[in-house]
Amino acid sequence: MPLFPQPFSRSTLGSFVLIAGVVGGVAAAFAYTAGWLSPQRLTPGKLVEALAPPGGPALGRRRNHAKGICFTGVFEANGNGAALSNAYVFTKGQYPALGRFNLATPNPDAADSTVRIRGMGLRIATPDGQEWRTAMIDSPVFPASTPQAFHALLLASASKDPNAMKEFVAANPGFANFKAWADSAPWTTSFAQDRFNSLDAFIFVDDFGVRRAGRWSLLPAAAPVATTDADLAKLGPDFLEKEIAERVRGAPQRWTMAVTIANSGDPTNDPSRAWPEDRRTVDVGTLIVRQTEAEPDGPCRDVNFDPTVLPSGIAISDDPFPAARSSAYRVSYDLRTAEAKDYPYTVTHTVAGATP
Amino acid sequence: MTPVRHRFSPLQRLLHWLMAICVIAMFFIGVGMVSTVMPGYLPLIAIHKTLGIAILVLVLLRLAVRVHSGAPSLPADLPAPMKLAAHLSHYALYGLMIVMPLLGWAMLSAAEYPVVLYGKKFLPAILPQSAAVHTLLWNAHYYLAFAFFALVLLHFAAALLHALVRRDGVFETIAPLPLRDDAAPASAAPADA
Repeated sequence: MPLFPQPFSRSTLGSFVLIAGVVGGVAAAFAYTAGWLSPQRLTPGKLVEALAPPGGPALGRRRNHAKGICFTGVFEANGNGAALSNAYVFTKGQYPALGRFNLATPNPDAADSTVRIRGMGLRIATPDGQEWRTAMIDSPVFPASTPQAFHALLLASASKDPNAMKEFVAANPGFANFKAWADSAPWTTSFAQDRFNSLDAFIFVDDFGVRRAGRWSLLPAAAPVATTDADLAKLGPDFLEKEIAERVRGAPQRWTMAVTIANSGDPTNDPSRAWPEDRRTVDVGTLIVRQTEAEPDGPCRDVNFDPTVLPSGIAISDDPFPAARSSAYRVSYDLRTAEAKDYPYTVTHTVAGATP
Repeated sequence: MTPVRHRFSPLQRLLHWLMAICVIAMFFIGVGMVSTVMPGYLPLIAIHKTLGIAILVLVLLRLAVRVHSGAPSLPADLPAPMKLAAHLSHYALYGLMIVMPLLGWAMLSAAEYPVVLYGKKFLPAILPQSAAVHTLLWNAHYYLAFAFFALVLLHFAAALLHALVRRDGVFETIAPLPLRDDAAPASAAPADA
């Protein structure tokens, strides 16, 4: 028998058309799912691209929060968190912590006084093999209420069009809360004086299966010393990492971890809106930073502080940001690991915190 | 020797169609999850991991069944190049079903991500953290996925060709129905019956 029946009949032709149609249809559905037919879809790649400064991203580095200094220490749980969540991390005890003080900038060489938002990435590991990763910032609210609005903000702030920001603000009135903080809050002279907030809401699940929406903050033990960006600039472009390394060498630095529980009706899906001050807050433990670590080749370099890596007992809520951040952090991680040759692996100068 | 068989065993056919659903779902989940920032990203990536490991287990089971039960032979009159293509593509399909989940698992390990099987069940890391290895595995997983999808489309087109154009009984060897293996060989029946 030849490859195809002879003579080549009309029904054979029809079969070929059918086969082409079915296979083509599956391929088209695949292309649609991949977003190739929807150029307007916000992809993690676009979000990461929008973070890049005009000259392009710093290769081999985190695509945002690129400047930072790593630390190690412990999270000392006081046991109070067990009332909220059955995660092991809330059982009274000490668990190893790895973290990174950072500045919310895509430029690893930015001067400290030019970056309004500071952050902390943190990973706490527990003996049950689980991890709690979080990336927090020092503003009390997030500048955008949805990932799409955040993307629009990045585009507007990078735009040469003088009206771009005005149009963004008009379309996103929630931005005003963040703007008010950014314009008026005092700067501090140390990471140790900064409060770091999860901003996103997560669900805490207790032993009885009760689910409560909560946000957490790390409250500094060190009293804030208010300064201005102009005065901070006088201390030098890399003052903050030198200062924290020196401070931690002198004594461990502490933050109290406080979990704030939402009342029903509080916005859990919008980190640009704060919850009222009177909400139930549970102090669940203390982060003790014992040692800073050089950023190049340090233990933080290869860690993605993906905020959706959660222990069982903590889950994501209806807040759309953790998923969006996870997807974008992953792209950033994939890019920077692929650019490893551009990363300054060899420490050629004495880095703050490194022993000479 | 094994007697001449006209169909794969019911277990083989069940595994084939179950895995077909899983593998095709994986392509769509994979390509969908990496192109979205929406909340669906998290369940998609979770399912991708669970399903990937399920496929790895199923394909190993399937290979064992294949070794035990064998396979019906291809029609004697199938042109040699087509026979060769059929054999090679099946080796590639089996290979990819084994390799892709392992690449994914190794890639997550090399990035120091916890490998969640489902819920509280974790899998151990199978590699230490390494940027270079992560990149290598990531590229392999990514590009092989498209090659795998293309191969599945080809497999699908070939199956339809056998079923609709050649009508040579090859499709019937794996067709989900009838379950019993007592049907006459389709290739023995007149093609235009």
